[in-house]
Amino acid sequence: MGKQKIDEAGGCFEQDVKERDCSIGEMLKKRGVSRRDFLKFCSAMTAAMALPASFAPKVAQALDEVKRPTLVWLEMQSCTGDSEALLRSANPTVAEIILDILSVDYHETIMAAAGHQAEEALDKTIAAYKGKYICVVEGSISMKDGGVYGSTGGKSHLDRARQVCGGALATIAVGTCASYGGIGAAVPNPTGAVGVRDAVSGVTVINLPGCPVNADNLTATIVHYLVFGKIPALDSHGRPLFAYGKRIHDNCERRPHFDAGQYVEKWGDEGHRKGFCLYKMGCKGPATFHNCPSQRYNEKTSWPVAAGHPCAGCSEPQFWDAMGPMYKRLPNVPGFGIEQTADKIGLGMAVGVGAAFAVHGAISALRKDKEPAEETKEG
Amino acid sequence: MAKIVVDPITRIEGHLRIEAEVNGGKIVDAWSSATMFRGIEKILKGRDPRDAWFWTQRFCGVCTTVHSIASIRAVENALKIKVPPNAELIRNIIIGSQNIQDHVIHFYHLHALDWVDITSGLKADPAKTSALAASISDWPNNSATYFKAVQDKVKAFVASGRLGPFANAYWGHPAYKLPPEANLMATAHYLEALEWQKDVIKIHAILGSKNPHPQTFLVGGMAIPIDPDSQNALNADKLIEIKRLLKKAQDFVEKVYIPDLLAVASFYKDWAAIGAGVGNYMCYGDFPDANGTMWFPAGAILNRDLTKVLKVDQGKIAEYVDHSWFENSAGAGKGLHPYDGETEVRYTGPKPPYENLDTNAKYSFVKSPRYDEKAMEVGPLARVLVAYASGHKETKAIVDLVLGKLGVGAEALFSTLGRTAARGIDCLLNAQQTPKFLDELIGNISKGDYRIHANEKWDPSEWPAEASGYGWHEAPRGALGHWIKIKDQKILNYQAVVPSTWNASPRDAKGQRGPYEAALVGTPIADPGKPLEILRTIHSFDPCLACAVHVLDANGNEMVKVKVS
Repeated sequence: MGKQKIDEAGGCFEQDVKERDCSIGEMLKKRGVSRRDFLKFCSAMTAAMALPASFAPKVAQALDEVKRPTLVWLEMQSCTGDSEALLRSANPTVAEIILDILSVDYHETIMAAAGHQAEEALDKTIAAYKGKYICVVEGSISMKDGGVYGSTGGKSHLDRARQVCGGALATIAVGTCASYGGIGAAVPNPTGAVGVRDAVSGVTVINLPGCPVNADNLTATIVHYLVFGKIPALDSHGRPLFAYGKRIHDNCERRPHFDAGQYVEKWGDEGHRKGFCLYKMGCKGPATFHNCPSQRYNEKTSWPVAAGHPCAGCSEPQFWDAMGPMYKRLPNVPGFGIEQTADKIGLGMAVGVGAAFAVHGAISALRKDKEPAEETKEG
Repeated sequence: MAKIVVDPITRIEGHLRIEAEVNGGKIVDAWSSATMFRGIEKILKGRDPRDAWFWTQRFCGVCTTVHSIASIRAVENALKIKVPPNAELIRNIIIGSQNIQDHVIHFYHLHALDWVDITSGLKADPAKTSALAASISDWPNNSATYFKAVQDKVKAFVASGRLGPFANAYWGHPAYKLPPEANLMATAHYLEALEWQKDVIKIHAILGSKNPHPQTFLVGGMAIPIDPDSQNALNADKLIEIKRLLKKAQDFVEKVYIPDLLAVASFYKDWAAIGAGVGNYMCYGDFPDANGTMWFPAGAILNRDLTKVLKVDQGKIAEYVDHSWFENSAGAGKGLHPYDGETEVRYTGPKPPYENLDTNAKYSFVKSPRYDEKAMEVGPLARVLVAYASGHKETKAIVDLVLGKLGVGAEALFSTLGRTAARGIDCLLNAQQTPKFLDELIGNISKGDYRIHANEKWDPSEWPAEASGYGWHEAPRGALGHWIKIKDQKILNYQAVVPSTWNASPRDAKGQRGPYEAALVGTPIADPGKPLEILRTIHSFDPCLACAVHVLDANGNEMVKVKVS
């Protein structure tokens, strides 16, 4: 029997869990994680939260004191790409997340239990930690026909979201699907897919869009809460400013080539090989707010523009419809500078992209001398 | 007769539900149901075919490259585009590293806990564990101190009282057979593999910006430029890093995965007689060279007859919806070829919350693809069997080695254990072959060939008014096909028939079970309240359900107008 076995092994999770909770600092010490490794993690997190390095000791102190929080992860209409992103996380690694940092009590992709025993684990957790656990949601939620297009354990995803997000301290929507409906919500939205905010009312939701989410932004969001005791400041799309406060275009390593009028014209041409600007190949960086250029992916190995492919705008609401086609250039790139807010530019771009389908080549806001040659053919 | 339900089936991609009837300690019948639907193929209609790879990539974030590959191949087939050799080699490296990483994650993180009891490892003697590890491999992490440290880490974790993802599982189940030392060794490697996989997959980040969802595929080639004299292109620095990562991948597969697989399998040989399934196998072949010849051969095997390998004819593929929540105007009992597919989602299942599905009626969002009206199993086992029966030299050598070490004959492959072993064999083949593709790429670059893209047909004005094509790929989970019809530079129709659609399919019009369902019949169940054995057989297929569920709109319908806001 499972429970006996665990008792023999030296502990039972059903006992008074609160009494047994200890701080992350103590937990790490017990696990043999060195102070040096811990501080390294804190520095990485400080950078991810876009805080000055001098904050690292404060992060360390705060993490030392907080309890190991409980997390449940729900998969809805998803491709599991965000869970896979979590597996690639570097600071902390997924092993550290599972064993040391958080108590991941429910996650269908990694959990050992299945069927009713898995559902029982979820029920126990959300009852024992009501109002205290963090809920992560991956995937959109189908609203059409009473939510029959997504169910787990015989329950609709909509009902699960209402129940589990409803009892959470906060919900983190990871990826663009959970944030805004994503690919499932693209026209004609066959299943009435929406993001968590539109599916469940009256709950705190932090959106971490991206396809998939950058795992470092997820851990940084959790750490932000642990350190400061509140959720990070959000923009009007519900995204933390520390990760989505700047346009990709304004942080892009290829920006000097844009300013100099040096563009990739064809895949594999000299400009492509030399790292020129991908604007003419359809880059959506000028309309996209995300920290890809600085945070990058897979332990900062790369990001789309660095690897020679245009940004697809995947962290913007409804980007699947508003930003496509992928290789069509943005018609209306706002002037230089980073003073404009996400909302103004986001709105402006959505309208601009729409208009571009009807009227071709309205590149008015670009400085005349930097204006790339207009395309004569439909791309 | 007891009917048991396992929902959710965890440690898979997506949402899968199994209902099974148990009698006399054995499963006598089973039903496989997918409970989530998005309709991406319907969303694709009317869009730019060059974008299709980016959309279909989102079928799945686990086998995150496979739909991109199948999609660009389908469009290239339709438009008669031949990609430069370097692009083909880069794709082969991406495919190989996807297979390697995906199989290792499957074995350790999705499948191992069906065979390995982590809590039993807490009682292991670290010195004996060390001796066991050293007896099967020269992997350096094998000291008693190392295993003691892992054991202490897990002990402290358990003592914290918060078991997280390991809570409420089947620990202590009588079907667990490994001694404590083997359990501790496997637990240590579970943790090592977590670290290993995030390093190895950086190959995708180097070649394609990130993983999951690398952003690098192009109709006509690849988006990663090659130039040894540029810091913004594939240069010596990046190539040597890929070489290092492939070496790391190969080392782990040879020295950890395969020895662990053989060690674990030797305690579960009874599972070589359980979970055989439909007995028909199909593989599309993959790893094309510059002439289009596949390194891994295609073929079909029927009724477990390894003496005959049939040529796969795409015209014989059809999908049925008699037990799926779709409608089909061709009428009941009629299958449709992917080009002419016509399906509309119509959910007729119980309104949630529900206890049981009506398995006599429609009961899944997965359709039932059949080849020449036969249910086919696809995946590493099908791949290995087709290659073995075709006399593929590298495959034959490894299969014979594995069978020899386990002391079993080829017939043992037709089973749950055989499926799990074949995945290891497939992984080893990929781990040994992929570095050769890299060497070839480096050879081309040395000769001054930097081409990565065939530009001639990039501009849609160069396309014919109408075109159709298909793209095949051997994904980690098996034979994957995308079919596309293009009209006036837009997608008229798009259809994907994916590995888990073949394997997870419900019954067809004739009542023939799908491979999961057939494999479960006869599986012993020690305790119907804790059906660990169901997980073993289902996980041996490595289900990937988000991929499996899709819909296609009526061929020739008015195209969906892409709304621009």
